[in-house]
Amino acid sequence: MSEDDAFLQFLLRMGDNTLVLGHRLSEWCGHAPNVEEDIALANTALDLIGQTQMWLGLAADVEGDGRSADDLAMLRDAWDFRNLLLVEQPNGDFGRTMMRQYLFDQLHLLLLEGLQASTDERVAAIAAKSVKEVAYHLERSAETVIGLGDGTPESRRRMQSALDVLWPYSGEAFQRDNVDAAMEAARIAPDPAGLKQPYESAVRATLIEATLGLPEDDFAHSGGRTGARHSEHLGHLLAQMQWLQRAYPGAAW
Amino acid sequence: MTTAIGEIWKWLDAVPDPEIPAVSVVDLGIVRDVAWNGARLDVYVTPTYSGCPATRIIARDIEAALRARGIADLNIATRLSPPWTTDWISEKGRRELERQGIAPPHPSGGPARCPRCGSGNLSCISRFGSTPCKALWRCGDCLEPFEYFKCI
Repeated sequence: MSEDDAFLQFLLRMGDNTLVLGHRLSEWCGHAPNVEEDIALANTALDLIGQTQMWLGLAADVEGDGRSADDLAMLRDAWDFRNLLLVEQPNGDFGRTMMRQYLFDQLHLLLLEGLQASTDERVAAIAAKSVKEVAYHLERSAETVIGLGDGTPESRRRMQSALDVLWPYSGEAFQRDNVDAAMEAARIAPDPAGLKQPYESAVRATLIEATLGLPEDDFAHSGGRTGARHSEHLGHLLAQMQWLQRAYPGAAW
Repeated sequence: MTTAIGEIWKWLDAVPDPEIPAVSVVDLGIVRDVAWNGARLDVYVTPTYSGCPATRIIARDIEAALRARGIADLNIATRLSPPWTTDWISEKGRRELERQGIAPPHPSGGPARCPRCGSGNLSCISRFGSTPCKALWRCGDCLEPFEYFKCI
């Protein structure tokens, strides 16, 4: 794999994570338990879609085939997406959505902090822009996980169940492959395997406050960031997200 | 004969932010640079939040304002780095925000005082508000809710 190919894959991984999670969060619009949470989820989704425009915009430039960020978002099929399996998991109840958000935000923050030192100025600029927004996302998702985990027996039960389901999706992010090796060699992105330790200690600290326990098995689902095997949920999400562009190609307003 | 850059900054300072019209795009620190490149005027703008829908409208409003002043050759470019910070909001912008009932950003992470009664007895109701840049707070003395311009 050439460095350019690896760079494109890396950018798709970044942009597809924010796109797919941004879309998932937007599914809550008008359905959240109260208006403050509704606004918070919609605003978080908005930040993530804004970040997607930057990552996929750069991906489209690097690809150089005349495709735009919109083309990449709306006209690729499931096998071309490079997001983590974690972010495509269904929303479930509010607790599960917030647990997924926390597990992603914590990872996202560490990743963006590392990317601020990228030798590629464009990557460093997008990371520096995004990291402030993501620090705010993390503050809120961590405090919500703590509040619901250390809450009523019912909320605690739901948060533990969310963690049991979602934790096996968190390990994929740290599985280094040849794309990561090429990015590390070019000093564009840090080695993701090196983020595993700081990630786990940060998550453990939050979960202790939330009175929740990590599953002991460290099995990790994989296949999202390589595109080898997405879960069945991604196709359904894309069917909804891409429907308009598929049915009415080039529709604009 | 090209217009002096200082004059163009004055024109831009009359372009209101589309979501908070009391403050100008210059007061918010969105306009980063203005320069003549030969006969072409280059204006560099930076987004506040990356997904803020106002960003595109701001570029359009700036273009309309400058064209109305007779600037025909115009290039509006986005500059991401360094990322926008609320530190760039001018003193005039901060005063205007407060006058509109929006508490200006404060390094403590929360509003310094209630924009209505000045009390420091405040609590956060919601970390997000009507736009990406604001949160909702409430005053414990006058009991009024108010918006706070988040510090980033």
